[in-house]
Amino acid sequence: MSILRLRGLSKSFGGLVAVDEVSFEVSRGGIVGLIGPNGAGKTTVFNLITGNYKPDEGEVIFENKNITGLLPHKIVEMGIARTFQNIRLFPEMSALENVLSGCHCRMRSGLLASMFHLPGQRREEQAALETAVKELAFVGLEEQYDNLAKNLSYGRQRLLEIARALASGPRLLILDEPAGGMNDQETQDLIGLIREIRGTGISVLLIEHDMNLVMKICDYLIVLEYGAVIATGLPSEIKKNGRVIEAYLGADNLLEN
Amino acid sequence: MIVRRLPKPAGIMGLGALFILMLALPRILGPYWTNLLNDMGIYAILGLSLNIILGHCGLFHMGHAAFYAVGAYVTAILSTRFAVPILWTLPLSGLMSGVFALVVARPIIHLRGDYLLVVTIGIVEIVRIALVNNIFGLTGGSNGLLIINPISIFGFQVFSPAHFYYLIWSIGAVTILLFYLLQNSRFGRALNYIKQDELAAEGCGVNTSHYKLASFVLGAVWAGMIGTIFAAKIETVSPQSFSYSESVLLFAIVILGGAGSIPGVLLGAFLITGLPEIFRELQSYRLLFFGAAMVAMMIFRPQGLIPPGRRFYKVRPYLGRFPCGIAARSGARRGISLSASPGYPAGTDAGADAGKPARGPGDMIEEQA
Amino acid sequence: MRRPGEDVPMIEFFQQLSNGLAVGGIYALVALGYTMVYGVLKLINFAHGELFTLGAYLGMTLLLSFGLSGILGPLPAVLIIFAMITGLVGLSGFVLERAAYRPLRQSNRLAAVVSALGASIFLQNAIMLFYGPNYQVYPEETRVTITLSVLGLDIPLMRILLFLASVLLMLAMYLFIHKTKTGTAIRAVATDQGAARLMGIDVNRIISLVFMIGPGLGGAAGMLLGLYYGQIRYDMGTLYGLKAFTAAIIGGIGNIPGAMLGGILLGVAEAMGAAYVAPAWKDAFAFLVLIVILIFRPTGLLGERVADKI
Repeated sequence: MSILRLRGLSKSFGGLVAVDEVSFEVSRGGIVGLIGPNGAGKTTVFNLITGNYKPDEGEVIFENKNITGLLPHKIVEMGIARTFQNIRLFPEMSALENVLSGCHCRMRSGLLASMFHLPGQRREEQAALETAVKELAFVGLEEQYDNLAKNLSYGRQRLLEIARALASGPRLLILDEPAGGMNDQETQDLIGLIREIRGTGISVLLIEHDMNLVMKICDYLIVLEYGAVIATGLPSEIKKNGRVIEAYLGADNLLEN
Repeated sequence: MIVRRLPKPAGIMGLGALFILMLALPRILGPYWTNLLNDMGIYAILGLSLNIILGHCGLFHMGHAAFYAVGAYVTAILSTRFAVPILWTLPLSGLMSGVFALVVARPIIHLRGDYLLVVTIGIVEIVRIALVNNIFGLTGGSNGLLIINPISIFGFQVFSPAHFYYLIWSIGAVTILLFYLLQNSRFGRALNYIKQDELAAEGCGVNTSHYKLASFVLGAVWAGMIGTIFAAKIETVSPQSFSYSESVLLFAIVILGGAGSIPGVLLGAFLITGLPEIFRELQSYRLLFFGAAMVAMMIFRPQGLIPPGRRFYKVRPYLGRFPCGIAARSGARRGISLSASPGYPAGTDAGADAGKPARGPGDMIEEQA
Repeated sequence: MRRPGEDVPMIEFFQQLSNGLAVGGIYALVALGYTMVYGVLKLINFAHGELFTLGAYLGMTLLLSFGLSGILGPLPAVLIIFAMITGLVGLSGFVLERAAYRPLRQSNRLAAVVSALGASIFLQNAIMLFYGPNYQVYPEETRVTITLSVLGLDIPLMRILLFLASVLLMLAMYLFIHKTKTGTAIRAVATDQGAARLMGIDVNRIISLVFMIGPGLGGAAGMLLGLYYGQIRYDMGTLYGLKAFTAAIIGGIGNIPGAMLGGILLGVAEAMGAAYVAPAWKDAFAFLVLIVILIFRPTGLLGERVADKI
């Protein structure tokens, strides 16, 4: 049972084919890794899923609904949340407010309710605060709630992005290099966190260069090269796949012992 | 907490004192200065309405006078042609101005930064030229329209500076209150997310074009309503009141005062309308000094005179109520993850690997296998 | 002699076209200054229109005061003074950057915008206080009043000279930016200040230089305008500045050929609009053209479409 299905997704930028008929599935409750060398088109695939780019061809099916070409905020509303490769927090706002941005799409107060602080608006605001604190606590940033995002360490900023994504109540979480810039300890903690996220019933699709992390937590891998899928399978299969070894790790037999 | 509210009793007393002072001001100052306070009030409210667009949402909008003009002209036309009582035109001015903003902003809302800035200047110029050309035969050309009916509230006629003072500043007080509440809400936050990183805001589920447009419309509705008050006060509505330079002044009020800051914008309005009065002695040199003062103030306070404060959230009741984070968890995991993800023995790999030097992928795979 | 007029539509058309090209040349020159400054600083120099006015006034003063046209004849005098104006206004640009923009280089962009607006108000009023609020007239003998008749078309020689002068200046500018080492340095600073600095380029020097060249061209354009129309006013810089900036945006801000294209296009559109659509709406056409173009090409005609790096 898959939560997300890509069918023949293609995207080119001015003649350069960035994503070439990519098809794969993310199973419900799975942690799927999208790997490949730099410039293979991984982030572009993410941007096609999250609506930042519109595909030239192909379809994105989420929970049996075709979400191809929807605007990013609609896709978040449908239940896909993401983090960014180069952290994009709201730097001058507190950690709490950053997470509240994730709650935004689950809130309903419009202009007038906001202007007059009607009772419904106040209740909703309280509930959002609760969610935000919960997600902050979940990633271990509760004590940082009042710090500005820009003042947090790099690793914590990555965690804050995850908390923000979780606050939108997603069923699929897309992480773009979540361990980028993290030290070893932080990466280990992140592995635990991603498993816990899956534990709460959220499927995870991630891009990561840290093979340590990928091989440890992903139960399925998709390998991309030059925009096309060159292999899919269990981590144990991927590490034996000759083409992957050649493309991704170079000709050396790094995977052989 | 970094931000503290004033202790309640002191805050209430302060507000009370301010209220009494505001009530007494026209009597203390006399008509000339009261009139200046009225101008300040109009600019303050206009500044606050522009602040929604420019300060909170971060859209470079230098054509606010166009919205203000629509409001003033709606009032002038209805009042002179159809003898509609002026105060009745207030909501209609706001509405028309809002509709106008919706129509003109819709196709340009995706423009960025300086491109938007120039287009909004273009809009204000086009509006001014349209007014000069007596568009639809309604606007009276470059001489404008003369309003003869005074504002009347339940039979009470508003005409002296003091009357206008109370009217304008009551509206001002309501504006400050409503915009303060708005700023501390989902709507206000959404505008700030867009200002800080539009792409991230969209990626977090904020309908950015909707909010950008909404900020334009809200700002325009307010400017339109103030247009009504302005029309009633000045009695002659003519195109030169809504020029590009008027838009520039409003822009300067927001940025000088502090973009996104209500007290900042109020102070900005006081300075921009007050400085030329202070420089009156200098006569024809006063605009020279005014320009120099703008440069100097920006150099000394580039973030504005009163930058926006932080929002206050009542989070205390929620703190410490939720299972704490991974830093504390590594080693001893939370039950939920154990039960919900079978096949992953708890407390082994994360804890065991912690602190080891980075290794090649080969090692890792071996270990997993 | 046949008068150019309504009875001969083709002639009327070419009359308007030549007028549009001449005015467009002025817009293009002023737009070039905007676009160059924007290129290196990402700043709209709102005082640029006032530097344009300054050029017009200084040109008038110099033409009147030394009697150069009496000694050397009008044409050499105009040429020498033209060069002087470029230098003098360039110098003013240099001072302006030091005083109003450099202290704000690290601040947010809106602070610099307001500082620029303040500088614009300051300069405009300084010019008014010095020269008075009324129209000033350029000395008659320096203005070329000859009208050429080509194929039944009466075109003032001044128009042709004006267009040639602006095209020549633009060409020189283009070659300078694209063929010289300094030009390469300017482009490098415009692309990435940090990287340019690492490559050993003195970024401050380049910015100062650009703030001399841009306003210098603007000042030259001001003098051309004075020679063309014969009269100038202290506040004309606001509208010319806005239109030239509009031209720069239409072409794609930061793009030098774009500024030229935008300027010429705007001049022609305005002349045609005023002649054939509605004269009273002349000043609105520039902005209408701007809005229509930006709706279809949000970064201008030649501007790069910057994709978001996500």
